[in-house]
Amino acid sequence: MRVISLVSAAFAIAAGVIVLLGYFFPDQLGTLRVLLLDWAVIIAGVAVLVGIFNLAAVQMEKFRLGQKGGTYGLLLVISLLITFGVGLILEPANPYGQLYMQIAINGIIVPVEASLMAILAVTLIYASIRLLRRRVDVMSVVFLIVAVLFLILIMPTPFGPLLGDRANQAMVDFLRTFSGGGARGLLIGIALGTLLTGLRVLFGVDRPYGGN
Amino acid sequence: MLALSLLVLSAILLVGFTFWRRRTPASFRLIGAYERLNRSVGLAVENGTRLHISLGRGSLLTARGGSALAGLAMLRRLAERTSVSDRPPIVTSGDASLSILSQDTLQSGYRAAGAEEQYRFTTGRLTGLTPFSYAAGVLSTIHDENISANIVIGDLGTESALLAEASDRENTSLIAASDDLSAQSVFFASSQDPLIGEELFAAGAYVGAGASHEASLHVQDILRWLIILAILLGSLLKIVGAPI
Repeated sequence: MRVISLVSAAFAIAAGVIVLLGYFFPDQLGTLRVLLLDWAVIIAGVAVLVGIFNLAAVQMEKFRLGQKGGTYGLLLVISLLITFGVGLILEPANPYGQLYMQIAINGIIVPVEASLMAILAVTLIYASIRLLRRRVDVMSVVFLIVAVLFLILIMPTPFGPLLGDRANQAMVDFLRTFSGGGARGLLIGIALGTLLTGLRVLFGVDRPYGGN
Repeated sequence: MLALSLLVLSAILLVGFTFWRRRTPASFRLIGAYERLNRSVGLAVENGTRLHISLGRGSLLTARGGSALAGLAMLRRLAERTSVSDRPPIVTSGDASLSILSQDTLQSGYRAAGAEEQYRFTTGRLTGLTPFSYAAGVLSTIHDENISANIVIGDLGTESALLAEASDRENTSLIAASDDLSAQSVFFASSQDPLIGEELFAAGAYVGAGASHEASLHVQDILRWLIILAILLGSLLKIVGAPI
């Protein structure tokens, strides 16, 4: 077991180092980097099938144990099997296959996602209203004021921009200076965090692929 | 050349600080969310409830995978700490590769704690492959699985508002961080102790994942100061009209 985990770690680290160095030395390692990334894409494709099996297994277990929402789980697995079967049996060019997929996407997936989007809009407004009840500090007040001000400034009205074209744009640019600077600061911090996390994985200190 | 130099410098600093931190453990500033996280872990074990850890939907084939890897490092430690619990934590994700890695990480955590028989592969779940299907799958976990704390760390978008709302409705703790700016603003508005920016990557250090995580924070601080100095120097040169 230990030997397997050491070998898998060695392979993972070597692949990571080659891909990373391939960015800096494309002439020497570029081809190998592309090959390794192609393999990674194939493995990720297979991982989707494994993931869907996991999803179906979780839903079936819910149904088997009579847990809350188990019936919905069964419905999900049946829909999944039908869609998967139709996709396998009927080729993408087949008109019946295309019709089924159109019905599945335009009749089920799009309306459901649109409904969730609508719920999301209400949820966001509700969360903003409750922000000051949850936490009263300077940053929360500034956050709310800027958000409301920005929404008012970009709000379409029958009379055009509320403060007039130039004043409105100047105000938006003024607010954008601060929000843009803040966003860049946050992104720099995230980039540094990502860099160090990647290095830990390359050094084999963090081994998310198991055996650690 | 600059990028490669920065990478080599970071690697050298990381190795150096890791050895240093093994001898002298660090003390960190207080971050409310991580204090609550450590309390929630203890409470979940004591009162027989579950932790729910959501790793987002950051694909490991893109730059968004960094936050997912940070979440996995934290998960490894949490799995070890909760291995004595009757109810193992549930891990959800919106990317297939990430869900497989979360299962591996859970198993490694239990194995390290000597409780590998506790591991069930259905506790590491793929809930959906699109933002809203992922969120919809996570919602049922938050509502139906006797959860006492939700730890959401990874790459998410505005759909995170649905997760925060569900957590609030169930009156459970929410510890949330994301590398996405829109999700950060959502969490700022809907979480008690929001984690902002690179605080996401401090999760491992604050749950006791080891010297290398503590060293990472030191290296991030050093690199941040270097970037600040570079920005100031660049501004100064621009002001005096030097060609840059």
